[in-house]
Amino acid sequence: MTWDWRWSWVTSHYDLLGELLGQHLYLSVVPVLLGLLIALPLGILCVQVPRLYAPVLALTSFFYALPSLALFVVLIDYTGFTGWTVIVPLTIYTLSVLVRNVVDGLRSVPEHVSQAATAMGFGGLRRLLQVDLPVAIPVVVAGLRVATVSNISLVSVGSLIGISGLGQLFVDGIQRSFITPIIVGIVLTVILAVLADAILVGLQWLLTPWTRTGRSAKPVSTDPAGVAV
Amino acid sequence: MITFESVTKQFPDGTVAVDDLSLEIPAGKITVLVGPSGCGKTTTLRMINRMIDATSGTITVDGQDVRSVDPPTLRRRIGYVIQAGGLLPHRTIVDNIATVPFLLGQDKKQARARAMELLERVGLPSSFAKRYPHQLSGGQQQRVGVARALAADPPVMLMDEPFSAVDPVVRKQLQEEFLRLQTELHKTIVLVTHDIDEAVKLGDLVCVLEVGGRIGQFDTPERLLASPSDQFVEEFLGDDRGVRRLSFVGSDGLALDTARVVTAAGVADSWRLLVDESGKPSGWLAPGSDGDPLPVGRAFVVGSESLRSALDSAVLNPSGDAIAVDADGKVVGLAGQEQIMGALRGRLPSEVA
Repeated sequence: MTWDWRWSWVTSHYDLLGELLGQHLYLSVVPVLLGLLIALPLGILCVQVPRLYAPVLALTSFFYALPSLALFVVLIDYTGFTGWTVIVPLTIYTLSVLVRNVVDGLRSVPEHVSQAATAMGFGGLRRLLQVDLPVAIPVVVAGLRVATVSNISLVSVGSLIGISGLGQLFVDGIQRSFITPIIVGIVLTVILAVLADAILVGLQWLLTPWTRTGRSAKPVSTDPAGVAV
Repeated sequence: MITFESVTKQFPDGTVAVDDLSLEIPAGKITVLVGPSGCGKTTTLRMINRMIDATSGTITVDGQDVRSVDPPTLRRRIGYVIQAGGLLPHRTIVDNIATVPFLLGQDKKQARARAMELLERVGLPSSFAKRYPHQLSGGQQQRVGVARALAADPPVMLMDEPFSAVDPVVRKQLQEEFLRLQTELHKTIVLVTHDIDEAVKLGDLVCVLEVGGRIGQFDTPERLLASPSDQFVEEFLGDDRGVRRLSFVGSDGLALDTARVVTAAGVADSWRLLVDESGKPSGWLAPGSDGDPLPVGRAFVVGSESLRSALDSAVLNPSGDAIAVDADGKVVGLAGQEQIMGALRGRLPSEVA
């Protein structure tokens, strides 16, 4: 391993870095969106039909426990060396985190609030859209933040099987015993994670004006199962 | 008018919460459902707006069977106030009040304008309009809850323990404002409480329910206190129902003693009340004593407060006299226990056989 840092490498590879950054972002964000798209109805269903929740949680926890690399390798047979080989497992991970948060978020609506809403004349669907889901936003966003940051870190693993992203810089650096791309890869990954997290925090700030005023509302659980990398 | 005809509610676990209940709740009055826990009072209330559906029997609101109306539509026509406020945490106060008009598809601007009027009507400053529920105290949230129930101007209002979640001082204030509001609005109100004092204070009619959802007694508060129909009701009314009956007798007919109200200290052989230049009570002078005046207990406002307040004042003052004051707190005279009992004689609502 050569420990010397070369700016010249960085300046001569702007195009590559930009491309890898874009791919990395794509591979991390698409699973978050897909995961949210599946987790919302699934979580809502689990709240409506409580006996579904335990099996759903067991299944998602099982997938969550599978090592990402193993999943990537298994999927190559089906999806080949395309983005989907990374996107599918990460969607499952996202889903595992988010289902729990969607359910917790919906359950965080105080009993007297949902009762009053029903008594005011909210129908089932309207109550879900106008009361339960808005109140659940902080808990759901907490899950999105965990899933997003976790995905950004996991996408790098995909490079081991040749799916391009910032992880390619680590593979490249190790193969050539050259530290510069490794450091650049780490720095860009961290910047990406911090920015994505900041964007989600900002999004929540915009969506939940009631949580920013005066003394804070009751604290909500922002502690999902924990992050496996 | 709300009527219950042979209404029974049995829950899936077999518990009978309400058993063959028949009840006529008059329009424009406050009817209080009161009873120990497990008496089915909340179940009874919630069957009116179909939060709970009756197992058998018929409930009508203004002649219409509640089962013939789709529940959300029915509920938008019936105001509802819940114990802990139940405000939507993500909506501003003004939008919380306008909840039902919004659901009814009314013009947002008009609904908000009406909500602003109601905010004032329940005694809250208009600066609260843009706040969120968690920025308000429990009592303030409860006021917003009442304003919200009034927003679509429903003829009927259901109130489920509306004043139980606040401290006693705020509760008293809310109760009094609620009564004042009702004298202007004349809504048909059904209120549930476990507190018999609250029931007697607020109700035009009080329905005491026994465990298992049977009516113990359905009567005016005066008659309830005067002649409880059975041992259960009598026990539920508590030990001091005799004293509580005094709440229904005005203090305007009291014979007041002014001779013992003095402006300067001196020795005499009776209790005297010393008043200051403004006419307010400043201390008691004990018989035969020229020492320091003794502190004054509470006074009662003659005319507007009841004989119960007068008796309370008599008990709380060292001489055993009640201090009668006018609305400005100036002493009008003294009333001994004999005068209070004298005023009582023949003035209690006639006993019901």
